[in-house]
Amino acid sequence: MRLITVGELTSYIKGIFENDKLLTSLWVKGEISNCKQAVSGHLYFTLKDSNGCIRAVMFRSRASKLKFLPDNGMAVRIRGFVTVYERDGSYQLYAEEMEPDGAGALHVAFEQLKEKLHREGLFSQARKRKIPVFPGCIGMVTSPTGAVVRDMTEIISRRWPGAGIILAPVTVQGESAPADVARGIRDLNSLGSVDVIIVGRGGGSLEELWAFNTEEVARAIFNSGAPVISAVGHETDYTIADMVADLRAPTPSAAAELVIPVKSEVAHTIEALRLRINRAAGDNLGRARRRLDNCLQSPVFRRPADKICGSRAMVNDVLTRGLNRSMEKIFTGKKASFLAAAGKLNTLSPLATLSRGYSVCIDQKTGGVIRDSGEVNTGDAVNVKLHRGSIKCQVKDTLKENQL
Amino acid sequence: MARKKLVFEEALKKLEEIVHQLEDGQLPLEKALELFSEGINVSRYCQASLEEAEQRIMVLTADEGGRPALKGMTP
Repeated sequence: MRLITVGELTSYIKGIFENDKLLTSLWVKGEISNCKQAVSGHLYFTLKDSNGCIRAVMFRSRASKLKFLPDNGMAVRIRGFVTVYERDGSYQLYAEEMEPDGAGALHVAFEQLKEKLHREGLFSQARKRKIPVFPGCIGMVTSPTGAVVRDMTEIISRRWPGAGIILAPVTVQGESAPADVARGIRDLNSLGSVDVIIVGRGGGSLEELWAFNTEEVARAIFNSGAPVISAVGHETDYTIADMVADLRAPTPSAAAELVIPVKSEVAHTIEALRLRINRAAGDNLGRARRRLDNCLQSPVFRRPADKICGSRAMVNDVLTRGLNRSMEKIFTGKKASFLAAAGKLNTLSPLATLSRGYSVCIDQKTGGVIRDSGEVNTGDAVNVKLHRGSIKCQVKDTLKENQL
Repeated sequence: MARKKLVFEEALKKLEEIVHQLEDGQLPLEKALELFSEGINVSRYCQASLEEAEQRIMVLTADEGGRPALKGMTP
């Protein structure tokens, strides 16, 4: 048997790896642990699951293209190949691509905390504090360096020249960030003069924003005396801090715009209200003046005695005249009908006929008027009534109508 | 200083109420004139409040005893 060197053996093993179809190109999934980025920019970590582990490396050229920062506990999928690192006599995974695998550990932690705080009522709308419209003093919990604090200060001072700002300088990422941010909120509250607090930082990866997803910061916001506006620079993802805060601004700049109105606009509003008060008061006066004028122009006020006495005379006059007219009308009517009746009576009177020479013959026994010669017999006594006086007669003979 | 701005918010609200009541025109004249003079006073107060410009940007630090303290911010 031929004796070989370690180098030859290692090289031989490496040959086997490099001729294997699976090992030369594969996708593997697992959780990152022992993750370190070297000064060179290469990323070293161990990929593991409950049954095994493999050392892995991602060179700088690939690692720099990652959209997220791999960190311990993250579940990832990696494309790459496995070969032997001859110097250490070990095999390792050379990662060429990496992406988060479903819900990574951070996501799981995030969801667990969210659920817990939700159950405790930290996100309840009912307990959210009202944001003051005109805060006299604005607290800011953020990093004292960088564009965020400068932008916010500028925006606030531009909108409301003279606005009071107190900055609680904190680190917003890394190990100490959660405790730092929480302490900043508490310290601002201890001053007693802060009306509203903005807690935030600029945009970043989920890992960079992590302080704002911690229970410590969430509870500090919840327990703050002053209302809190969260301003974590990440428009799409909500952090736990966003959910606990009384108001969520999508970015720190937006928070600065929300926290205070523009003073010149407020001045205009006040001026406009003052003008409206003047006009409305003028209108009120005008209305009252017109009502008064209307009353004063009434005749009752112009010549009150005339009005009253004149009225009584007029009423009397009207009544009297009306009464007279009615009486007269009734009288005239009655008179006319009386005369007509009298005229008619006159023509019907037999006395009037007698005056023209006619006479009436009345049976003395019966007193009835005799109209037919057959009604009397010879010897009967009749009275002939003339225009003046009457003649007592005795019938000598009676003749029929045609015997005349 | 802080409470003063909250008073300002109330004053502005009061001013708006007065305007609405006056514009409604349902008030007796005496009450309307009373409101008018109150409104003018409130609007003067609001305008005066805006004039107060005491720009102060402070940084929260800790004193020797570790208690929160304020110092002016150097831009």
